[in-house]
Amino acid sequence: MRPLPSCICSIIALAFVALMSADPAEARVFDPETFTLDNGMQVVVITNRRAPIVTHMVWYKVGAADESPGESGNAHFLEHLLFKGTKTLGPGEFSEIIARNGGQENAFTSQDYTAYFQTVARDRLEIVMRYEADRMVNLVLTDDVVLPERDVILEERRSRVDNSPGAQLGETMNAAAYLNHPYRLPVIGWEHEIRALNTQTALAFYRKWYAPNNAVLIVAGDVSSDEVRPLAEKYYGKVAARPVPERRRIEEPPQNAARRVTLESAQVRQPSLTIRFLAPSVSSAVHAQTYPLQVLQEIMGGGATSRLYRSLVVEQGLATSAGAGYDSSGLDSGDFSFYASPRPGIEIEQVEQALRAEITRLLDSGVTEEEVATARQRLRASAIYARDSLGTAPNIFGRALTTGQSVEDVEAWPARIEAVTAAQIDAAARAVLRDVQSVTGLLLPKPTS
Amino acid sequence: MILRTFLSALVLVFGVVLPAQAIEVQRVVSPGGIEAWLVEDHSNPVISFDLSFRGGSALNPQGKEGLANMVAGLIDEGAGDLDSQAFQGVLDDRSISLRFTASQDSFGGELFTLSENRALAFKLLRLALTQPRFDSEPVERIRAQISAGLARSAENPDSIAGRTLRSLFFPDHPYGRPGEGTLDSVAAITVADMRGFVARRFARDTLVVGVVGDIAPEDLASLLDETFLDLPATAQTTAVAETDPQGDGALVVVERDVPQSVVAFGHAGIKRDDRDYYAAYVVNYILGGGGFSSRLYEEVREKRGLAYSVYSYLNPLDRSALVLGGVATQNGRVATSLDLIRQEWRRMAEEGPSESELENAKTFLTGSFPLRFSSSSRISGMLVGMQLQRLGIDYLDRRNSLIEAVTLEDARRAAKRLYDPDKLTVVIVGRPDGIVSNREMPKS
Repeated sequence: MRPLPSCICSIIALAFVALMSADPAEARVFDPETFTLDNGMQVVVITNRRAPIVTHMVWYKVGAADESPGESGNAHFLEHLLFKGTKTLGPGEFSEIIARNGGQENAFTSQDYTAYFQTVARDRLEIVMRYEADRMVNLVLTDDVVLPERDVILEERRSRVDNSPGAQLGETMNAAAYLNHPYRLPVIGWEHEIRALNTQTALAFYRKWYAPNNAVLIVAGDVSSDEVRPLAEKYYGKVAARPVPERRRIEEPPQNAARRVTLESAQVRQPSLTIRFLAPSVSSAVHAQTYPLQVLQEIMGGGATSRLYRSLVVEQGLATSAGAGYDSSGLDSGDFSFYASPRPGIEIEQVEQALRAEITRLLDSGVTEEEVATARQRLRASAIYARDSLGTAPNIFGRALTTGQSVEDVEAWPARIEAVTAAQIDAAARAVLRDVQSVTGLLLPKPTS
Repeated sequence: MILRTFLSALVLVFGVVLPAQAIEVQRVVSPGGIEAWLVEDHSNPVISFDLSFRGGSALNPQGKEGLANMVAGLIDEGAGDLDSQAFQGVLDDRSISLRFTASQDSFGGELFTLSENRALAFKLLRLALTQPRFDSEPVERIRAQISAGLARSAENPDSIAGRTLRSLFFPDHPYGRPGEGTLDSVAAITVADMRGFVARRFARDTLVVGVVGDIAPEDLASLLDETFLDLPATAQTTAVAETDPQGDGALVVVERDVPQSVVAFGHAGIKRDDRDYYAAYVVNYILGGGGFSSRLYEEVREKRGLAYSVYSYLNPLDRSALVLGGVATQNGRVATSLDLIRQEWRRMAEEGPSESELENAKTFLTGSFPLRFSSSSRISGMLVGMQLQRLGIDYLDRRNSLIEAVTLEDARRAAKRLYDPDKLTVVIVGRPDGIVSNREMPKS
């Protein structure tokens, strides 16, 4: 087994798979306690007594989509630089303190949020709170630590993107999926723009966005709200609130033409296909369709008995994999996607035809009440599963609270899913699955001449 | 190196709460004599059940590489009266997760279920192990999926590096063969091969079981009998030969047109039951193991920005042992990165860690141990691992004292035994500037 490479950050590109659900009668999923400090910092505490440990996270309501034009990658760059010291701690010193206390840490950046976290024994919580609060306001950056870190990020980009045809296609599909909205830009940044980032761009971003009133503190594990509150007041409460700009990204216009992008590479031996439709997210202005779309995703792509797997992989034998995904977590919008990969000897065109035929069948005939009932039942059990792992709840709340949702939205999710009808799903599918707001991506082997 | 001495007031290095206080492992033996290790936990109505049979991909017959992996992919694709869609349908409808995996030295299964569905879940597990159908539709479908997976990784730089390194280490030993098989060997696997595998390899004497969750010991005992008593008492397996890794000093460049070279390296390691294992484990944490403060991380990433990831780790196998590492850097900087890694490898061999490095490592490794207990499936996985490695049922209580007991002398001895930069076998996938192979590309 190969351990995860040591890395300061991972870029969250994964869809928010809403994992939790429960009998609507037992209304609470995680049953957190929440309060707000005088400076506006929201605090969420989720007690889980499985082990004598706590996960401590600070989520900032800022991400790559908030960068200035020409500075793609700046949010992620700053995330790396938050490990470079403060007025009282040298570069890497916070990490050393965490390690000496048996803690683990990391950070990640997405389009909409940036988060830092540590997991420690419960009696070490105060130590990580002290220093996380410190770097919220006291960051010190100099070129001698900033410039090598920029090289690290260029290597990170090579690892994640430049060495991977699939990731390069994904980057191009993103740029094609949005005509105007900044979600079209990669979180890690374009290489030439990363090269232009520097100490000043990072500090400017830090001063503009990092403030307690623009952050959410989440503590989960063997701890209660009564224990967290005095510590939160002592450390985070001391950081003064500052004006932070409202997050208003430039808007996406109506889309009028389907797009198609193809990447051929000698590195690809197994072709694959993705069709991605622009869709509302839970936080979009118009979001009534998001819960029906979540159930639709389960019907089309949830496991070995889903429509797509059964049809393309089992019955027709055309594909080795087929499914659907719905990313509903974006602050401004989301996407609903379908994917498939052909069996050896089958042409990708044939798989694409079969996949589009399933989409057409869905639009023509809709879903059945029975399919809806089964999907809801499947989703129900996952609430209990979601409570099992210490890390699940804090990540769900962090994501929700930095993308326009409330604690109540998370806790009410099972009831909202339970209320979804077949008619709502059919209407949502017809509104979203329109070719003119889609991009199709093909990953193909380079033909040998 | 930035390893400062901190005020002890900040760093309360002792008194970390040990997991043993929170976790009690019970030995459950069924009336039929089947043993399981159980951590009872009724706080959430779920059961995480892990099993493993000793003996894995290394036992695959020559020319049938990938057999264990293919069986793992197929025994949950129809069993007993249930065909593939019916079997998977029950799993989906009841949200039962059942999956099997093959590694070099074992064949594992993981069952995760709501406790209210446990009778059904264990019935499906029993059917999968005792009456798999191997109908032709799922057999060809899974064969195609495995082949597609092999095709996907065929030109992936990380996969190429790993495969090539393994072939160099073990040219004439099963450990050198790909566990997931090759396109040819996967095509050659028959239903008879798979039926033979199930009949010979799933047996009570090679079985270990770890369970966490909402189940009482007496209920578990009867489920163990219902699930496993139909299995033969003893497995029919051959022994895998003890072997030392070959390829000392080999350097192989696999030319590929990528902007970043992927480098994998290593040499002989230290086995799990070696008296120096814990000392080696601590020393490797200091060299290239942990978080954001290992020597390799500091020299290669922090100071010079040469790579995003650089690491080393111990890889003990049942019949051999390796210490492995990796780095990925742009083609122009491979030589510099490798020089630095060799230099650190040598410095650790010659000098060992400093006293403060050793103390810091022990503090981290003991203090972070409870962090592994973050979900029931992680714990049930550990219970199985403890049994496979024969660590004893009290291992969770003893583990931190084994780390604490490592002295500076132990650490230096282990470092000297473990690391030898001249023996490093290195594989580079990419177009590294100014580096040429000193060996032929191994056949794989």
